[in-house]
Amino acid sequence: MTSKNRKFNRRSLLRGAIHGSAVVMGLPVLEYFLNENGTAYADGVELPPCFGSWFFGLGLTPGRWEPTITGAGYELPEHIAALNPVREKLNIFSGLQIFLDGKVNQNHISGAQGQMTGIVTRSAADYDESFDAIIDQQFGANVRFRTLEVACDGNAASGWTARGKNGKTPCQISPLELYRRIYGEGFIDPNQAEFTPDPEVMVRHSVLSAVTEQRQQLMNSVSADDRSRLDEYFTSLRDVEQKLAFELERPAPLPACTIPDIQDEEIGTMVAQVQNTHKQFSTLLAHALACGQTRIFHVTLGNAFSTLRLPGEPSAYHALTHEEPIDPDLGYQPKCKVLGEQCMGFFLDLLTAMDGIQEGDGTLLDRSLVYAFTDHGEARLHSMKNLPVFTAGSAGGRLKTGIHINAEGDAATRVGFTVQKALGVVTDRWGSESNEVSTPFSEVLA
Amino acid sequence: MNIRISILTKLICIALVFGLIPTRVLAAENSADEQITFVRLTSDQYRNAIRDIFGESIQVSGNAASTGVREAGLMAVGGRRLTLSAAEVETYEVLALDIASQVLSPSRRATLIPCQPRDESAADNTCASTFIESVGLHLFRRPLSKPEIETYAAMAATATESLGDFYAGLQSALVGMMVAPDFLFRIERSVSNPEQPGMRRLDAWSRASRLSFFLWDTTPNPALLEAARNGDLLFEDGLIQQVDQMMGSARIEDGLRAFFADMLAFDRFDTLDIDTNLFPKFTKNVEDEAREQTLRTISHHLLNNNADYRDLFDSRETFLTPALAALYGVPIPIRQELGGRVPWVAYTYPEDHVRVGLLGQATFLSLFSHPGASSPTLRGKAVREHLLCQTIPPPPGDVDFSLVRDGNHPDLKTVRDRLTQHRENPTCAGCHMLMDPIGLALEIFDASGVYRTMENGETIDTSGQWAGQEYVDVRELATLLKDDPTLTSCLIQRAYNYGTAREPSRAEVQWLNATHTQLRDEGVHWRELMQRISKNPDFYTVPEAATN
Repeated sequence: MTSKNRKFNRRSLLRGAIHGSAVVMGLPVLEYFLNENGTAYADGVELPPCFGSWFFGLGLTPGRWEPTITGAGYELPEHIAALNPVREKLNIFSGLQIFLDGKVNQNHISGAQGQMTGIVTRSAADYDESFDAIIDQQFGANVRFRTLEVACDGNAASGWTARGKNGKTPCQISPLELYRRIYGEGFIDPNQAEFTPDPEVMVRHSVLSAVTEQRQQLMNSVSADDRSRLDEYFTSLRDVEQKLAFELERPAPLPACTIPDIQDEEIGTMVAQVQNTHKQFSTLLAHALACGQTRIFHVTLGNAFSTLRLPGEPSAYHALTHEEPIDPDLGYQPKCKVLGEQCMGFFLDLLTAMDGIQEGDGTLLDRSLVYAFTDHGEARLHSMKNLPVFTAGSAGGRLKTGIHINAEGDAATRVGFTVQKALGVVTDRWGSESNEVSTPFSEVLA
Repeated sequence: MNIRISILTKLICIALVFGLIPTRVLAAENSADEQITFVRLTSDQYRNAIRDIFGESIQVSGNAASTGVREAGLMAVGGRRLTLSAAEVETYEVLALDIASQVLSPSRRATLIPCQPRDESAADNTCASTFIESVGLHLFRRPLSKPEIETYAAMAATATESLGDFYAGLQSALVGMMVAPDFLFRIERSVSNPEQPGMRRLDAWSRASRLSFFLWDTTPNPALLEAARNGDLLFEDGLIQQVDQMMGSARIEDGLRAFFADMLAFDRFDTLDIDTNLFPKFTKNVEDEAREQTLRTISHHLLNNNADYRDLFDSRETFLTPALAALYGVPIPIRQELGGRVPWVAYTYPEDHVRVGLLGQATFLSLFSHPGASSPTLRGKAVREHLLCQTIPPPPGDVDFSLVRDGNHPDLKTVRDRLTQHRENPTCAGCHMLMDPIGLALEIFDASGVYRTMENGETIDTSGQWAGQEYVDVRELATLLKDDPTLTSCLIQRAYNYGTAREPSRAEVQWLNATHTQLRDEGVHWRELMQRISKNPDFYTVPEAATN
């Protein structure tokens, strides 16, 4: 929901609601917020698109995931057959690569870094702004959480998003914690009839505003590098300030919003543990989008050196890619192929969770755009070629789906650039050096 | 010791010593020249600061800051690159609310609030300002300026007006201070130093913080703040006096633990995932106890015994719990303790026991293993990188490790056989020659640290060469390792970089080399090392940085 759809001014709502006397505002559900189908506001402005990025490590088995035909009407090969239930809502991109431009391949890092930031750095410690931050700027601030980032392997450092040049954004690793964060204190059900702004939240908001106003005092004396770091801290502070501001406004009704159940969690790296954690995160994130709590999320199955493990197998997925021999009869690494297929199954879980939320004639997935990427084309060789990339959802009709594009060696950044264009980012190029692109995949842009 | 300070600074310092100029004026006078840099507090430092400012009864329920990034071998150095994400600030704000409500609870007001309001339902600017000035000194580790006090007092007044409760208003101001960058980051203010171009000198308050977080892993105590206020920390005598007093405190153990947890990569515990199906003795409790065993052993050795750092690597003395004793296969008297406390027992391995020193502990052995198998390569790499400050390049892109992990190979039954074969590839040989011999000596310990003698029906061969000298097992390797000057130079360099949260300047490298030469002869004792670093004037500097 964008700010122009908000009809209430916070001050007008809160006037007289402070001084300790919590005034219950028995406001009726205002029908003019949404149209009859619940897919758009009554003034014709549709529900805004959402964006998610989804990372799975170690790629897929080369030659076994690419559809045989390009364009529409493809069949999903066995390796990615798990995605059949959402086939028509997918786009598949093969033949993509990340260019190193003479830099050392930071194994399991450079590929994902290039796709999310458009830049491959010499050192793995350097990481630039990821393109979801660009989309965030495009979307604007009127959500409770600007972004939500989660990791399914218990490692908070597994993610690939960054707000600036000061390191990657840490992920949440606990579904229970995410549940508390979204649905705990401060959550307002958009469909409840009554709304009572909390005076304590108003005070908390004003405190953060006052701290934010001290920004300039420090900014005057910091070095250029530190200024960027400090700026990012104050941006984070502003995000929390805006979160509290959001909690002080009566949200627009969202018929698709329901509060999910949460089960016990068991965080670990075994396939079943990661699957369960990922499923819980998928449910929570899908509901958070449907409830207007956020519009951008990032899910990583695990860190760049995937620690995903099969039962009874002493080596984790990453180790297996370098240890498991290629079966001479099959022509591939059998356990690695199984784990790759497991990852596709996890991806389906996310897409199913989103597609299961009906919003008028469409679903939450239809209104969204999910970008799935990996680190290597062939992890065994740390190959940067033929990276498997997927998009799912049409971003509310902004992207065509059901298309397979063979990029024939183009920079993988073209997909990220296409996503940005689809979501309204006004830019004529993205990326750097050989990964700089200026041409989106027009075949999928609606 | 020769503290090099400019004449102007000397004059100002003299004036400060005699109370002629408040120290904050120093910063104001030099505001055009003042530069600020900052290091993010770790979760432990945040907790320690809250404990020391408000008392041990205040509960800090949860962590807000992520683990961070390792740079130049240390998370502490990486802390200078860190900022805070929205999720972290959000958590810090909630933590601050909880802590502030505890601090301002009726039962604590008498001890923690230096005044009482005229009317508890109305704003009282005088009392609020008194509290803010008092607590602000400790939270920001420097006095608050008048405008800052006014800002937070206004925050308190606004909140009091809204909520109709003076203490609720005060709570809001406290939350404001606790989410401010001045608290969540260790802000270092510096002025230029004409006598050492390229390096800037920290002001007295920043010196107090650097010293306190280095030695105690916490915020400066009142005595140190007082030494900053009156300028003592800018002078040799005053600095020595403060360092000596701090070295005599039990808090020194907190500093030691924090340093070694960083140097020995304890952040890997956050994601350690030894498979308990394959290693059933390595439970979560054992993992926690292994971590504590290592810190307890180091602390006892370096602080209680004032023993040489090098002896940590072949020492037979350690501390065990029943669970660790079971893991290591040694008998210790089982003692019941009330209250669920872990019964730690001092233990000395027999003379002929193969498990010696830090490398024989479950911490090192598990942190540098795969979830389901030991790894000579990971262990060897860890010794090189974390203990010797060496860098091992990443493997080539097309690395094929299938042979090494083929435990069913008909001819190459042991990992030594397979690694030897792997090193036939000249691309792999260079690095693996550096890592594998160390790790192969540790192959008698599995991924969980359990002792073993056989692999696939073959006796495990632990022999190898270190710097051209032969060893037959990990005990002999430990003796050779402790005699290697790289081991001690690495410790000294890491300790210094840990304190400054940066890599050393050229002048500092010379100082470190000279210190290393002396300590190798005199003994590498922790207290002596900490004192030397803390009394080195260059320790209180930051590099000049571009402002545009």
